[in-house]
Order: sequence, then structure tokens, then C-alpha cells
Amino acid sequence: MSATPTSRRDLPGIYSKAGSLRAERRWALIWAYISLIISAAILLMPPVYMLITSFKTSREIADQNGNPWIVRDPTLGNYWALIADPMFQGFFFNSVIITLVVVVLTMVISILAAFALSRMRFWGSQVLATGVFLTYLVPDTLLFIPLYQIVGGLGLLNSIWGLILVYPTLTVPFCTWIMIGYFASIPKELDEAALIDGATWPQMLMKIFIPVALPGIIAATIFAFTVSWAAFVYPTAFITTPDQMPLTIGVVSQLVRGDTFAWGQIMAGALLAALPPVIVYAFLMDYYIAGLTAGATKG
Amino acid sequence: MAADASMAPPMTPAPGSGRASTLQRLARRRSSIAVLMTTPLLVVLLGLVAYPAGYGIYLSTLNRRMTGFMEAEWLPNGLGNFEILFESETFWAVALQSCIFAITAVILKALIGFWLAHMLNDIPAKGQRKWRGMLLIPWVIPPALSTLGWWWMFDPSYSSINWLFQVVGIAEVPWLGEKWWARLSIIIVNVWYGAPFFMIMYLAALKSVPEQLYEAAAIDGASSWQRLRYVTLPMMANIISITVLFSLIVTFSNYDIVRVLTNGGPRDLTHVFASYAFQVGILSGNIPRGAAVSLFMFPILAICAFFVLRGVTRRNKEQM
Repeated sequence: MSATPTSRRDLPGIYSKAGSLRAERRWALIWAYISLIISAAILLMPPVYMLITSFKTSREIADQNGNPWIVRDPTLGNYWALIADPMFQGFFFNSVIITLVVVVLTMVISILAAFALSRMRFWGSQVLATGVFLTYLVPDTLLFIPLYQIVGGLGLLNSIWGLILVYPTLTVPFCTWIMIGYFASIPKELDEAALIDGATWPQMLMKIFIPVALPGIIAATIFAFTVSWAAFVYPTAFITTPDQMPLTIGVVSQLVRGDTFAWGQIMAGALLAALPPVIVYAFLMDYYIAGLTAGATKG
Repeated sequence: MAADASMAPPMTPAPGSGRASTLQRLARRRSSIAVLMTTPLLVVLLGLVAYPAGYGIYLSTLNRRMTGFMEAEWLPNGLGNFEILFESETFWAVALQSCIFAITAVILKALIGFWLAHMLNDIPAKGQRKWRGMLLIPWVIPPALSTLGWWWMFDPSYSSINWLFQVVGIAEVPWLGEKWWARLSIIIVNVWYGAPFFMIMYLAALKSVPEQLYEAAAIDGASSWQRLRYVTLPMMANIISITVLFSLIVTFSNYDIVRVLTNGGPRDLTHVFASYAFQVGILSGNIPRGAAVSLFMFPILAICAFFVLRGVTRRNKEQM
């Protein structure tokens, strides 16, 4: 490598160098732990503070004296109030329906397309694969105004079905892209063997590709889930009536109302709304991270 | 891709002629099945991305009531919305703020992410999983919701950050009340949200650098700085550029953080293209002009997309 020119300097001193290397490594380790602890403290500060606030009563929050970082008399009142609130239940229900339908749609569309694009070369398949990646780079904020007109023209403004219609633009390109990568990494010998045994294309997809690429499918599903759960631009633009709102915009627009902000409830609502993706992340962290990194490394 | 490579070995002709005809029939049917399988994808790409993009361009040429083209004085007819934007001071402030925000935030995210990845890579592999899991939490929480938490921490009279500052003896900061502080606050939140993503990408790239290269460098007596400069950085150059460009696209088109944290205030000085387009197009009801504003994001996004695509194809070639 290019580092060689500096090497010849002190060949005789190579043994003392080994000792200093060990010391250097120990210092690097201590330094690494110190920086990790500091960054973890900063990165976890907002969620922790949200949690602290959500356990406080409004009276305690309004009290400007004393340390805001401790809870003097903890209460679950904010959570109970939200869980019992039909409006909040409605947000949750809407989010669940939208996410479920969008995830299923996305996975069906992208698995079928990725299978065709990675295995059956046909006219234009290469162009289409590039097109998939390009649309993945088109942000929602570029499209929301024309889509507002289109969804409005279909009479789906203020309806969760309008959101279900447009959310695939957020999820399908990326999921197709990473599924192409996963399918392409399956050895050709497998499908040749299946073809010789007389398998049809649908059988090949169901019996070979889906089981073998299951980790990729889980990663893509997690991606589709988190993206549709967290989507914000489209619901903010398309939905104005609370009964059709999903959680993100519901918490941001409906709980933040009036002059006296119920901060405890806002924080509790935000945390409850963030809980499903966090739970998925906690249990399926490796798939989650595989999905993240696959976007740039596979394909 | 692996698929191309394995196309090469010539298929030995199947012995029985009956078998060959079945294969031929399959091959003939193959393209029709493939088209059938990609149709839903095409519907999404053409109907929900390509068509709206073209429709957005058309919308931007209309007048406010959408009854005809927007007339213009010095630009060709139909470009009146762009003309008005060019002459508007607010719009230039928005353009400037978008650039300041995106560039600063991406640089900070890239540096912090790189540093975090390095620190993570330095500790024993056993603990890495735990730390990585903890540090990625900001990326997992939907940004609109975590920004609510930041908003509360930046609250003018109850700011818990100011309380901490007071303990160490730093003056209070008017987080969201003053122009530059508000801009900085938005950048802070975005960096907080995005740096863990960079960390994960870089960590994956760091792991793929062969250990032998470091051993060779160490035997040659390279200092840790030299190892970073001559081994790590060249090996990671491509993934760094892809991540930076990708993040530039996402950051440049960001909406949620601005909407929740400042909603464009104070005095429209923290608007970025997306939030300004929303304000003009949806909230004020001038859809054509809103479409025109969001189209301004297109050139920079196209440039980034071009380079990302080039980086990705180059990376695939390397991996073959």
C-alpha cells in the first residue's frame, strides 16, 4: 500500500515499537469508551427527557423551580389518559391499517418485480432496474403537491385510502432494489436444478427464492413498516380531519393545541407512537441494520 | 452482479429433444410472465412517481386558479411563477437556508458518523452490538415525533438544555427565538437524527477492510493517522461518497424537522424548500406556485442522483 515509504525508518527499534503499540492500543480503547459514553449520553438525551416529562403531572411541569431532569412524583396519568382517549385510539388504528396494507402491497409488488428483474432477463429489464433505483432517490417532498392534486381528483383527500395509494412510492423502490440484490446473490445452479425437475416459475419463486432470501424479505418488510409508520409529509398534506389521521400527524397536530400545552401528554403520545418501530428494532436489530446497509452495498 | 458472471458457462444441450422443447417453451413464456410480474411495479413507478413529476412541472406553469398559464413579464409565458419567485426576497432566503442547512448538516453527520464508527470499531467485538444498538436509537424513532421532544427541550421558558447550561455556567440560549440559533437548532436535530445512520454505514464499510492491510501497515511502522489516511480512507472512499450524496438528497428535501420545530419561523427565516412549498402550495392554496418552489429542489437532487448511481455501479463492478 501507499504506506510503505515511511516504513524503513527504524527497523532496529521494532521490538520497543511493539510495546508502545500495546500502550497505544490501550489508550485507544480508553478513548473509545469515553467518546462512546459521551455520545450515547447526547444521543439518548431527547428520548430520555421525553420519558421523564411523560411521567410528570402538568403541575410539576409548569413549576419552573428545580431540576427538570428528575421526576418528583411520578404518574402514569398521561399514558392512561391517552390510552383511554378514543381520538388517540383512532390514530393508532389508522396507523395500523395503513401500515399493514402498505407493507403487504409493497412486499407483493417488490418480490414479484425483483424476481423478474433478477432472473428473467427481458427487454428493458436493465433500464427498469436503474429506474427503480432512481425513483428511490426521488423524495416525497418533490411529489406531494402534484400528488395532492391527483389524490384530490380521485376524491381520496382526508381518507386513509389516499395515503395507502401514495405510500408505495416511499417503500416500493427501495424494497424492490434490495430484493433484486438478495435474489441476485442466490446461485443460478439452484434454479437450473429446479427447472430440470420441472418446476414452473411460480413454484420456483415460492419454493426456492422466498425461503432462501427470507432474511432479505424480513429486512425489506421492516423497512416498509418503519417508513410507512413514520411517514409525515403525505398525511400532513392530505389529511385534515382527526378521524382519518395516522399517529405521526395526529400527535403533532391534535395534541399540540391551544395555549397551554399539555407537555406530559404530548411526550407520552410521541413515545407511544414511536413504540412499535422501536420494539421491532429491539427484536430484529440485525435484520434492521442489514436492510439499512443493503441499500448501498447490494444491487 | 453475480447473475451476469454465471451467465457465461455455456449450457450443455439437454440430451432428450422433449426436454429441450419444454425448456424452449419455458423460455418463450418467460418474458410474458416477467412482464406480468413487473406490471405492478411499473404502475407504481409510472403512475405514482413519473406521472406526478411531469404533472408537477405542468402545474408550476399555471396561474393561481389553474385556469390558464401564468403570464410572465421577462420570462416566456407560463413561467410567471418562477419569475415571481426569482423576484421575491423570501424565496432567496429559503434557497440560502436550504443550502446552509443541508450542507452543514451533512458535513457534521458525516464527520460525527465517521468518528463514532471508528470508536465502535476500536472496542472489543463483544460489546459492539450493545453500543451500536443504543447509538442507533435516534434513527429508529420517527423524526416527526422525536423532534417534538427536541421542541420541548428548546422551549423558551422551560428549556431543559438551558437548565443544564446554567448548571455549568453558560448563558441561556434563545434556541428557537432568534434567526441563527433557530437555524442551528434545526441542524442540531437533523445531525442528531442522521449521524447514527452514517455510523452504521461506515461501520459496515470499516468491517469490510481486510485486516491484513492494517497488519501490513503496522509492520511497515505506519502511525494510526497514516493507517487512517492511506488504508481506511481509500478503502471506504466509495461508500463515503454514496452515503454523503444520498444524505444530501434526503437532508435537502427534509420537511418534518422544520415543520415541527419552527414551522418556518421566526419570520419565515428557517423555511427550507420543502416546508416553504408546503406553506405556499397547501396552506395558502397557491398550488402552482408551491409546485414551482418544490421543483427548485430538482437540479441539485438530479446532480446528486447522477453521482450516487455512478458510485453504486462502480461499487458493483468492484464486487464482481
